Amino acid sequence: MSRAALLVLADGRFPAGGHAHSGGAEEAVKAGRITGAASLEDFCRGRLHTTGLVAASLAAAAAVGVPAVELDAAADARTPSPTLRLAARRLGRQLMRAARATWPSDELDALAGEFPKGAHQPVVLGVAARSAGLGGDDAAHCAAYESVSGAATATVRLLSLDPFEATAVLARLAPEVDHVADLAVEAAAGALEQGAGALPAASAPLLEIGAEAHAGWAVRLFAS
Amino acid sequence: MHLDHTHGGPGAVSADARRADGSRRALRIGLGGPVGSGKTATVAALCRALRDERSLAVVTNDIYTREDAEFLLKEAVLPPERISAVETGACPHTAIRDDISANLEAVEDLEDEVGPLDLVLVESGGDNLTATFSKGLVDAQIFVIDVAGGDDIPRKGGPGVTTADLLVVNKTDLAPHVGSDLGRMAADAAAQRGALPVVLQSLRSERGVADVADWVRAQLAAWTA
Repeated sequence: MSRAALLVLADGRFPAGGHAHSGGAEEAVKAGRITGAASLEDFCRGRLHTTGLVAASLAAAAAVGVPAVELDAAADARTPSPTLRLAARRLGRQLMRAARATWPSDELDALAGEFPKGAHQPVVLGVAARSAGLGGDDAAHCAAYESVSGAATATVRLLSLDPFEATAVLARLAPEVDHVADLAVEAAAGALEQGAGALPAASAPLLEIGAEAHAGWAVRLFAS
Repeated sequence: MHLDHTHGGPGAVSADARRADGSRRALRIGLGGPVGSGKTATVAALCRALRDERSLAVVTNDIYTREDAEFLLKEAVLPPERISAVETGACPHTAIRDDISANLEAVEDLEDEVGPLDLVLVESGGDNLTATFSKGLVDAQIFVIDVAGGDDIPRKGGPGVTTADLLVVNKTDLAPHVGSDLGRMAADAAAQRGALPVVLQSLRSERGVADVADWVRAQLAAWTA
């Protein structure tokens, strides 16, 4: 594997559409659940161990070769909110465009053909990692880190939170991100044997409900 | 990215001049500029001027509402299926320059759903004087400023004023009321831009958007030549 390729894929400036999404932070800020660095950390920790674990497992499984179509159905089944399913497919389509331009591969072309309006983002992330010569561990780390980094940078914009404090939150969560990635890699190995149904199905009901509420707002900064 | 270079499979990549099915895609023109300079009004006037000649669609990049898209819908400048709104996550310049994926998706969906299209106008959310469009998203860009924003803006320059393919100085009818010197604005713009064109426009005058529409027609003629 190339460590530098991992940095390219994990870079927050990788042009795959993530900047327009808050990972539920916009709704949580308005509801008063995120008010500063401490509550941002709580929010991110909750995200990491629920949707973060699921996303990391899907990404790792895709990277080690579990069939993407099966994983996409598993992602649908693990995402009750129609709004979040739509957001995940939009982001998957946007990541697909960036990945095909950066690491062209037959596997990416085939997945794009199968899902012209987008597969779930973590599934595309896993196949993109594979195309970049990266492994399941790399894909899991990318997905787990993204599950918290997007919410943190969105909160900097939403609350004018000190950017150093937001970055310190991410640094404090780093050991847990590593741990979640390890769990995801194990789960992906299980899915290779037993199919995508063996992947974790942790959920965060408040994120799902919040996403539906957020979608109905007339005025908002972020797409989700 | 090279023009005329195509990728296999569905979904062409950014600047490719041909769509996945091999047909030539629509010309894309971006309109940027500061808040309140008259971008949406110029888009509306362009749609009225060109909609009977060409197949058009519009992508708006509202910062936090759908107001620009809704203004165009309310004015009925185009049928609703030809207007698409992109959400920009508090960073309108990112969506038109650094990470253009959502805008490209909107353009492609419009071509798929209401195409074939000759022209897609991509309107940026109101932003600062440094906001420019990526060449991966648009083929040409118009920067719209207005006389009420201060007649020193052309002199100050910045990427939008200096490099846009067309600079529009809008609301010239307001110049006497806000003490702006149109002659000075035109001279400063010419000094900043060399050979690049400048249009001074008042949408309330009889001439309206005619000069900008003529410039767009010339771009279309060059694109399809």
